[in-house]
Parts: sequence; C-alpha cells; structure tokens
Amino acid sequence: MIDGPPQDIAVNGDIALRMTGISKRFGPVQALSDVTFTVRRGTVHALVGENGAGKSTLMKILAGVYQPDAGSIEVDGEPCAFSAPAQALAFGISMIYQELDLAEHLTVAENIFLGAEPAGRLPFTVNHKTMVSGTRGLGARFDFEIDPAARVEELSTGDCQIVEILKALRRNASIVVMDEPTSSLSEREAERLFEVVRQLRQRGLSIIYISHRLEEIVGLADEVSVLRDGKLVHSGPMAQLSIPKIVHHMVGRELTDFFPARKAEIGDVCVTVTRLSSDAGVKDVSFDIRRGEIVGMAGLVGAGRTEVAKAIFGVDPMTSGQILVDGDQLRIDSPTDAISNGIALLTEDRKRTGLCLELACSWNITLPNLAQIGMKWMIIPSKETAIAEEAGSRIAMKWASPEAPASSLSGGNQQKLLIARWLLADSRFMIFDEPTRGIDVGAKTEVYSLLNRLAEQGKAILFISSELPELFGIADRILVMRRGRLVGDFVTKQTTPEDVMHLAAVEEN
Amino acid sequence: MNKMVRQLLPFATLALIVCILWALKPESFLTAENILNVLSRSSVNGIIAMGMTAVIISAGIDLSVGSMMALCGMVGAYVMLAIGGTIPGTGAMFIGSVVAMAVGSLCGFLNGTLITRLKLPPFIVTLGTMSAFRGISYVMNDGMMYDVPSYTYLGSGDVLGIPVCVLVCAVIVSAAFFILRYTRLGRYTYAVGSNREAAFHAGVNVNLTLVAIYALTGLAVGIAAMIATSRTVSAQPTAGISLELDIIASVVIGGASLSGGRGTVSGTIVGTLLISFLRNGCTLLGISTNIQLIVIGAIIIGAVALDQMARSRAEAGRAS
Repeated sequence: MIDGPPQDIAVNGDIALRMTGISKRFGPVQALSDVTFTVRRGTVHALVGENGAGKSTLMKILAGVYQPDAGSIEVDGEPCAFSAPAQALAFGISMIYQELDLAEHLTVAENIFLGAEPAGRLPFTVNHKTMVSGTRGLGARFDFEIDPAARVEELSTGDCQIVEILKALRRNASIVVMDEPTSSLSEREAERLFEVVRQLRQRGLSIIYISHRLEEIVGLADEVSVLRDGKLVHSGPMAQLSIPKIVHHMVGRELTDFFPARKAEIGDVCVTVTRLSSDAGVKDVSFDIRRGEIVGMAGLVGAGRTEVAKAIFGVDPMTSGQILVDGDQLRIDSPTDAISNGIALLTEDRKRTGLCLELACSWNITLPNLAQIGMKWMIIPSKETAIAEEAGSRIAMKWASPEAPASSLSGGNQQKLLIARWLLADSRFMIFDEPTRGIDVGAKTEVYSLLNRLAEQGKAILFISSELPELFGIADRILVMRRGRLVGDFVTKQTTPEDVMHLAAVEEN
Repeated sequence: MNKMVRQLLPFATLALIVCILWALKPESFLTAENILNVLSRSSVNGIIAMGMTAVIISAGIDLSVGSMMALCGMVGAYVMLAIGGTIPGTGAMFIGSVVAMAVGSLCGFLNGTLITRLKLPPFIVTLGTMSAFRGISYVMNDGMMYDVPSYTYLGSGDVLGIPVCVLVCAVIVSAAFFILRYTRLGRYTYAVGSNREAAFHAGVNVNLTLVAIYALTGLAVGIAAMIATSRTVSAQPTAGISLELDIIASVVIGGASLSGGRGTVSGTIVGTLLISFLRNGCTLLGISTNIQLIVIGAIIIGAVALDQMARSRAEAGRAS
C-alpha cells in the first residue's frame, strides 16, 4: 500500500534538529524526563508512543508553546531557546496540529499569507494579486493543485492539510511537525498526503511524523523514536524495526503492584449491549458485563470508545441496538433517562462535561441526585451539606469544606468529587471514561481501589482507558475498539498488552 | 476573605450613597415619605429584576422585558375596558390583571422555546421579540394609550401605610429567593449557567429549565406591567423603553456574572436600590436627569470593574 523508503537517506544525513536532555514537569506529573531527540535533514522521523507518553509535550516544547525545565535545543547546529511560538517559527519550525488552525472564512491565499500580507499600493491595504500569485507559485513548485481563491471552509480535510503545509513552506520551514495528520483523512487523501510528505523530504525538509497508525509509519518513516512514560526508550532506523517490535517498545513496562488485589465476586449478567450503533460512529457494538465485573475498554484516540459511552448514556442518539440492564430493556433518550435507570457516566473531560467549577462541591455532588436524596421539591441546604460531607468522607475527599467551589480543588480531588457524585447515585451500571487522566499516581491508586470496592458491591463497571497497564491491572476482561467497531473481547489473564495494542493499532488487510 | 469583601461591595456602596445623601439633604432624604417613594418607584424594576437575575445566572439575557411590559399593560387594559366599559369595575380589573400576567408568561415561554428549540442565542431571540412586542403594543390601539381611571389600587393603594406595590414586590422577591435557593429549578439554573454541558451530563433537563426561567420572568414582567399601568392609570405602548438596560445594570451591579453561574437575589435588590437612590438623590440635589444618566453609567462600569478586580485577585491568590 505504501512504497518503501528511498535508499538515499545517508546522503542527507546531517543533523537538522537536536533536542538534548529535555525535562518537563506539570505539577505532580513528570511529563518528560531527560529526553534526547535527534532528527536528520531530509528524513521522515516517526514519533510514537501511547497516549500520555509525552509526544505532544515534546513537540510543544519544540514549537515554543512550553518551555522545558531542563535541556537544550539546537537547530542546524545552532543553539536556540524558544520562549514563544513566533521564535520557533523564525527558526523554520512549523507545526501542523491535529485540529488544523486555519481561518475558515478566509481564502486559501489569505490563510497562507496570514500575518505576512504583502502591502498594497495604498497604505494599510493588502495586495491580493501578490498573495494569489504567491500561492500559485508555491503550489506549482511542490506540485500541489489548489485554488488560491477558494474559501477554506469549502475544502476537504485533506486539502486543508495541504494549505497548512503550504503555509509552512511559505514561512520557509525546514522542520515540519505533523500531529496525527491522517486521523481524519480518507484512504485516498492519506495516500496523497504520503506523496506530499515524500516530496518534502526530497527537497531536504525534515518531517516529524506523529501517528498512532503503525502500519503507515512502516512505509513512510526513515527513522522511529518511541516515547514511553516521558522517556525516550528507542530511537533508530525504521529498517531495523517491525510493528511487533515497536509495539513492544511502546508498552513494554513492568506492571507494578499499585493495583489493588481484586476481590469481587462475579455474578450474573447485569448489562447486555446488543448491536449498538450511533451517528457518532459507533458501529454494531455488542458486549455484556456481569455484576461485580470490571470490563476494560482499550483503543486508540478516535476509536469510538467515548462514543459507545455517550450512546449508552443518551448523549448521542442511538441509531440501532438494545441496552438491557438486569433484564429490563431500557429506552434512553437523554442522560436524565440513563440516570433514572441506574446508569452513571464519569465523563472523560471533567472540566467540560463534568463539573460546574464555580459552584460549591456539595452542589456538584448532589446535582443528579436531588430527587433521590429526598429533595425533589425542596432543597434543605444544611441536610444537603451533611449528605455531601458524608459522601466525600467515604472516599477521603480533601476539601476546605463542602461549600468551597469545585475550582478550588486539585485535579485528583475534582475527579474524586465526580466519583462521589456517582457513588451517591448508587447506580447499577457505571461507566468510567478515562478516570485517571491528568491525576497523580497517588490519586490513581485511590481511583483503582474505588473501582474495586464498587465491583465488590456488585456493580457492573465499564472502564475506558488509554493506559494499557491500568487495564491489565484491574480489568477482568478487556474489550478492544478500532474505528467504531469492537474488534476484541479478551479475558485479561489470557492476553498480553502486545496483543491488545496490535489489535487496536493495526489495520487488517 | 476576598469573597466576603466582594459580596459586601454592593452593600457598602449602597450604604455609602445613602449616607452621603443623608448628609447632604438631612431634611428631605431620610424621611419615611421619601424612602417609601423610592421603594415604590423601585418595585417595577425590582420585580422584573428578579426574573432577570435567574436569566443571567443561567448565562442568558432577556432584552425583551421592556417591550413585554408595554404589551402586557396594553393587553391588560384592553381586557379591562372590553369587559368593564370606560370605567372598569373590580371584577374587570381583576380579570384584566390576570390576563396581563398570562400574556407575560406566554411571551416568556415564547422566548424560552425559541432559544431552546431553534438553538439560538438568547441575545438574538430577545432582541427580536423586543422589537416584535413593541410593535404589537403600538398596533393594538394605533399607538395610543388606554386610560383605565379606576385602576389605582396596585399603583397608589396602601396597606397600613405601606404601598401595595412594595408589598407585591416583597412577595416576588421572597418567591425568587425561595426558588433560587431551595428548589431544583433554582439549582439547575445555576448549574446550566455555570456549565451547560456538565449540567446536561448530570441529567439536568436543560431545555425545560431554560423555558421555565424565561416563562417565570415573563410572569414577573406581567405583574410589573400592571403596577406600572396602575401608577399612571393608563397603559402606554411606549412604557418601559430601555427599561431592560436598567434591569440588567441592577443585576450586574448586584454581582451576577453575564457569563452565568453567579448571582444572588440579595445582590440584585441592592443593585436595584442603588440605582433608585442615585436617581432620587440626584433629583433631590437638583442634578438634571441628563447628568443622572452619566452618573449611572459610571457606576455600572465602576461596580463591575471593582468586582472583576476582586475576582482576579482571588483567583491569583488561589493559583499561587
């Protein structure tokens, strides 16, 4: 499907970028520790790793968005320090993010010359002709066909990416970083993009290519670096690697003993999901969960895991399928229906879909539970605070008081606040979507014990996570999603992280 | 600590203004007559401001309240005259008042429904209905007013020396306080305003909550409209022009946030009184109404700027 890399890499072998000893810490999380990353001129360098391995952080440091705590950067042998994105741009480093940052309502030419518009004849005017011909010239030089006068909103995602690339070329970029460029492209558009990437390489540009799709890296990249837990664990020519080896580097870590021992007794089937599909891209997903069972769900970003949760919880409309809980067939059109049927969803983005940050912690805990705690018609604030306090103490919440705003809590405690909410709801079926994202190790362990305790109480738990070690640490079974479909259903003890990652990341031919 | 200062700020400002006026005009300002006069003048604004407080807490806005007040008054007076002749009796006046409140609730319901069903920003919907309601008020009697000479009780009646309109206002304020603090509707209002997505994911029926808030605001406008009609013993199609701005100002001076999730009934009362006392004080001091506009404008900006400063300092304190 993809041609092998050309053999003339060695010719263009000198170093375009050297990042040495880069470390970066966010609060309690060590995002990068002592990473040394080298990219040679005229090569495509793939950067891979699990979610949260530190790829984005490293690239944001390169782009001048973050400043490293330690370490240095050299571009073309020249030491440089970027305190703002503009400085990185001036050194010829261009980022193409997953969410393209184009001004949708402007034309292709206007986007390409944004911030560097050629002056017109009159003061304060822009010379449109120069922009259009400039864009055409750039396109011709690199063999791209694109209408400079087209509005960006009318373009396909693939064409938008070309515009981003032209924008980088207009700025005379020598290093282009592409973050998951194919995640929203069709097969054909992706093929075209690979062609473009090869062209850029031929002209001596260096491309840092971040992707979760390992099979496309095999055909495209000259070199591969693998990050794991903020450390560089492997860097070398692609020719010496294979997909299984890359996967091994990505996940090959020891499972430590911070996972609590599982004691729950697994009972009868509690939840049965049959042929679930939704507009948001879930296709024909079926699984069941027993009482007291923790079922993990693995998959790459965009594989449709969160969408499964949303369809079950009534956020996205289901287009087909059935959900049975304790034998009752449920009709769920909104989260209100889901909650009243004993389903809970801890969403992955606690700031956006979880908490009301400026409201009191107690209010956040009781929000979905007011009717259940006997306050359907009238709220009694003193009693409400007492209930919230009790719910908080069950999971050792650290707060100034239940009346303090949720924004005053640390990330881990905000997550616990939401868990306290769903504990109070006393649901039968609980879905946890990335419950340990962005919280420190101590808080993670607490979350694991909580999941365990809930399972012991006989609840059915669906645990969505991008971190394989935690899935292997506490899940009884692991479901694997890829492109909206369920592609694997394993008993945890009978599988390996490598198998799961392989199934999640590699397209079958 | 900082939060306390912030919440006390409007109260302190109000106290300061009262003190200054008292010092400047000891003989005319702090008399029972003048105070009752200010209160009864505030009652129309105060009642509508209760609805607006809930709307602003829900991260919305209602620009149509002024026009809606004119429309409710016109419909109410029309019904009174249609039933009771040129000098309507008690029964006709009662029915007219009830119809006016129903019209207000309906207008509010319309606002809420357009906002939630068409998924339009409240600013746009109520900007549109502001114009439409005003237009209907003019069309009703060819731009003329309706005289209802017997309709005096709400506007100038009193119970044990306290104006009826002040009592009505007190009832509405209590109801608003109760709803926002002690009911699920109130709680959901804060939740929707603070984070609509999060409220939705917590099972809050966001649309129902919003429709209820706008409809209740309409009801408040209907009640206020009857007080305003009774005060002038006539319903005027020009009533309440630019009233919405005064109301929004009092809610915001009272510490509510236009981005939602924040606001209190007590703050709004203070904000409403602050504007009324300023007006009254300026009149007593012989400052022209034109200058009053300038003073009030400065107060709005000053009050919100101070509040913002206290907030960002509190946030900076938290971050460090």
